Amino acid sequence: MSKDILIKKGLDIKLKGEAEKTLEKAILSNFYTLRPEDFHGLTPKLISKVGSKVNAGDPVFYDKSNENVKFVTPVSGEVIEINRGEKRKILSVKIQADKIQTFKNYGVVNPDTASAEAIKGRLLESGCWAFIKQRPYDVIANPNKSPKSIFVSGYATAPLAADLDFTLKGKESELQAAVIALGKLTAGNVHVGIGKSSNSPLAGLKGVAIHSISGPHPSGNVGTLINRIDPVNKGEVVWTVNAQDLVIIGELLLTGKFNAERIVALVGSSIEKPRYFVTKIGSEVATIIYDKGVPQDANVRIISGNVLSGKHIKPDGYLDYYSNVITVIPEGDDYELFGWTKPVFNKISNSRALTFSWLNPKKEYELDTNTNGEHRAFVTTGNYEEVFPLDIYPMQILKACMYKDLDEMEALGMYEVAPEDFALTEFICVSKQPHQDIIRKGLDLMLKEIG
Amino acid sequence: MSLKSNLHSLKEKYKGTKMAPAFNALHTFLYTPNDTTHNGTHIKSADDLKRTMNTVIMAMIPCLIFGMFNAGYQHNLAVGDIQAVTSGFFSSEFWTLDNFMIGFWKIIPLVIVSYGVGLGVEFLFAVIKNHEVEEGYLVTGMLVPLIVPIDIPLWMLAVAVIFGVVIGKEVFGGTGMNILNPALTIRAFLFFAYPTWMSGDKVWVEGAVQRTNDIAAGANLDAISGETILGSLAQGKEMAYSVSDMFYGFIPGSIGETSTLLIILGGLFLIFTKIGSWRIMLSSALGAIVMGLIFNQVVSAGIITESSKFYTLMSTPFWQHLILGGFAFGVVFMATDPVTASQTNKGKWYYGFLIGFISILIRIFNPAYPEGVMLAILLMNVFAPTIDHYVIQGNIKQRLKRLKVKTA
Repeated sequence: MSKDILIKKGLDIKLKGEAEKTLEKAILSNFYTLRPEDFHGLTPKLISKVGSKVNAGDPVFYDKSNENVKFVTPVSGEVIEINRGEKRKILSVKIQADKIQTFKNYGVVNPDTASAEAIKGRLLESGCWAFIKQRPYDVIANPNKSPKSIFVSGYATAPLAADLDFTLKGKESELQAAVIALGKLTAGNVHVGIGKSSNSPLAGLKGVAIHSISGPHPSGNVGTLINRIDPVNKGEVVWTVNAQDLVIIGELLLTGKFNAERIVALVGSSIEKPRYFVTKIGSEVATIIYDKGVPQDANVRIISGNVLSGKHIKPDGYLDYYSNVITVIPEGDDYELFGWTKPVFNKISNSRALTFSWLNPKKEYELDTNTNGEHRAFVTTGNYEEVFPLDIYPMQILKACMYKDLDEMEALGMYEVAPEDFALTEFICVSKQPHQDIIRKGLDLMLKEIG
Repeated sequence: MSLKSNLHSLKEKYKGTKMAPAFNALHTFLYTPNDTTHNGTHIKSADDLKRTMNTVIMAMIPCLIFGMFNAGYQHNLAVGDIQAVTSGFFSSEFWTLDNFMIGFWKIIPLVIVSYGVGLGVEFLFAVIKNHEVEEGYLVTGMLVPLIVPIDIPLWMLAVAVIFGVVIGKEVFGGTGMNILNPALTIRAFLFFAYPTWMSGDKVWVEGAVQRTNDIAAGANLDAISGETILGSLAQGKEMAYSVSDMFYGFIPGSIGETSTLLIILGGLFLIFTKIGSWRIMLSSALGAIVMGLIFNQVVSAGIITESSKFYTLMSTPFWQHLILGGFAFGVVFMATDPVTASQTNKGKWYYGFLIGFISILIRIFNPAYPEGVMLAILLMNVFAPTIDHYVIQGNIKQRLKRLKVKTA
């Protein structure tokens, strides 16, 4: 049941600073941080206290609304700080790592023979459930609802994304174990998208539907894959898992250990030598960004994730739970004389209004964080559709979110979308509207009102 | 300190005060702001609303320059100082400094009044309501001088601009929220508030009104008459101009609307830059052609005979409607206004087609206002949300159907 998917609408944003395909082991970080905000909508309940000794894979907190969903520490060591914000909201849990790592042993599960219940139970207790997200709402999957199918995108098309063909190489057995296990949790298929001309380690997986994808970004977004193969209707649920997280799930099943190791690409035009690192979830980014990276006092933006949907973090910040790329680009907090009227050669645009990026589609650009204009009401029409491949009216659904009409949001397809699907429309938006933020707030409202 | 840092400290000083929007509007004209992205994409494309609007203005500049030459040419031709053009678009009778200067001194005040009054109102609203000055008026302010007759009094223009900006736009919440195209609201106001000025044969040629007054005062001069072609056709007169004159634009009419050639070039520029909607432009032309063909058929079928007052306009070959009057200008520069047009790609086809269709209908059946395109666009502005509604319902139904197939 596999088919080729050709995406025509979209935009490839080519930026300078793509990672060279060399792998380095990052300096081991002394401190690791888990931030509940990485798990959108989560209200955490603490299990560990300050001073608790933990093994890698021990639960640190759980989901208040579903206490089976546990969140575990990526390393063994001691919980040294619990940072709280307003109303005692937990902002982060900081763990000092031991010199010698010890793992909690969850025991081996053979995905071929284990029952769905056993697999689900193991994923929940071992913290691997956090890697499974659901649509609608783009939050961690509700374990009480069975998905109609599960989607994995093995094709990274976002600007400067880590090349999954490279980062997943040699992990075939873990990937296979993970998809077999996930396949037992759904009545439908596990759909895996791979690049058409790629040499993906996912291509040889058994028991899944492989789809080869071609076309510009967002063809590699999992939302695009869902929309083309099995769109979410009202009352239905699909799950999505990042390809790199399948490795962690697979390793847990095969060895019983929660190994938070992940290959991360350090990219961006501000990085001297962009390359890949082996590091762990939650580690300090300072351990990788300075060595042949950025100068200490550079005016740069560090992003955990890609430039379209990643999180802005400080130099002393941490790799978030889902990202496999750290992007560093220059800050753009400067004025530009007649920037609105002079011909532009060094920035990307999908118009041709004295912007010349259409002349040279192969060129790699060095973009900064300037907004290139002020926030305005929605004015232009038709341009979002050029980069938005889903069969949804992007501007209309954004407006529905802004005036909070739940019926209209539902009718226009809100169950199908995640904020990242609106990253490109946000990028090209002439009115500089925060599309992803609008969608996120809309989804939150629906989750609260409809559930 | 450099200009940049001086302005930056001024901006910080005005921050949060009532004057901030006014200062920012001027500041951002000189410098794109130092705003950086937060919560969302970390990079943004190069286009902003100012660039978009500026592109539309650039597309109109040739029409404005041509309008200046044409104003002088029509005047000099009417008073008998020069001969009519003979050798195509680059005729030497037309492109003279004398022609240009007459038009220049007549049209620049219109531009200044249009921008001065319009932006004044915009700034006022921005300061009162404490929002940024949006760029919509940049285009409106350039459109307005191009769609009025040359001899319009400046006070009349000022009154109309105030009406158009306040009623046409600001009461809805400013740029992006309005239902009617502000420039057309201004023109419609002029036409219905001052009908004796805005129609007839006196305002389309520079000096014609003055001459009429002089004659009335007893001067021994020939009257200047400068009717638009549509006006004369509506009265059943013969076409006085050749097709090439109409296409090149050597005819009386509103300042910027006469040269179909330059309007097409402007339209192609807008399509190329992806600022203007080719869907609307193409479908409007199709709509006009279809309506024109229908009327041509009615005439050739003998239903309408020469005795009818509609005969002259109905029997005008269908393709000539495209180069007559303000049709081309309206379709290229005003029907495509993204705020008031249909917002869905499919809707744009219906919207444009109906504009073309209704334009020709009004043109033929309404001899008092033979310029149908203005009313057609305003009418379709009102219906654009309805068109979009049905287009979007199609998408919604498809989604529901998908669900039904599943559950059945």
